[in-house]
Amino acid sequence: MIMLKELVGNTIDVNEEGFMTDFTQWNTQIGEALATENEISMTPKHWEVITYIQTEYKNNVPLSIRKIGKSGVVDIKEFYTLFPNAPLKTATKIAGIPKPVSCI
Amino acid sequence: MEDQGQIKKMMIILSKATLENVYACFVLANGARMEGIQAEIFFTFFGLEAIHQKKLEHLHIATVGNPAMHMPTMLGGLPGIEALATSMMKKEMEKLDMPPVREFLEILSASGVKMWACKLAMDMFHYKEEDLIPELDGVLTVGDFYKQGSGVGTHMLFI
Repeated sequence: MIMLKELVGNTIDVNEEGFMTDFTQWNTQIGEALATENEISMTPKHWEVITYIQTEYKNNVPLSIRKIGKSGVVDIKEFYTLFPNAPLKTATKIAGIPKPVSCI
Repeated sequence: MEDQGQIKKMMIILSKATLENVYACFVLANGARMEGIQAEIFFTFFGLEAIHQKKLEHLHIATVGNPAMHMPTMLGGLPGIEALATSMMKKEMEKLDMPPVREFLEILSASGVKMWACKLAMDMFHYKEEDLIPELDGVLTVGDFYKQGSGVGTHMLFI
């Protein structure tokens, strides 16, 4: 089910888990607000990771923890430090892309 | 209920070294961390082979006594069959982006999964701590392991 959500003066479409369903609605202000909602305060390193996963998404590359570890942007330990609670889920939510379906 | 039935921590006991069991254990532990759930693994009996430096890269799937292989038991026991089935399975897993055992252990450790070896099984197999992977968090008795799992929302799983 898609719901409408008001965020920093924008209306975005989200699913029942709070993931955006239309990436074209995303901008950095929205990303910042989604991060705050998920108790993450964004640093340049956070943004580097978000940009990386958005690029992978645009290139249709399925995301996994292993891929993140091999990205050259961040290692797995640091990824868990940047996004401590469910890192891949939180990062994709902030990035405005769908939740990865991979089990690894 | 204060925890709303939420799973907060998975304590997984791995007692087998067949590849399919080892991967099941690793995927469950990693999957827990990805959901923000704590995870710890207790390697006991043959499960110790999955963290034994000289053995962890040579684990096999079981072709004998495994009805899901759909192969006559006598055929499964022929030389080379187990190795063939294992290499076929490894190829399939690589396609799914499943890491090999050693890399998977590194991922688990970096993800904050605690890994413990069972003291009794170590004594039984005459393994020393230096035989095991450097990522190991320590050697525990069963009692220590239960203590690790204390708290609301802990679940234990025996593989």
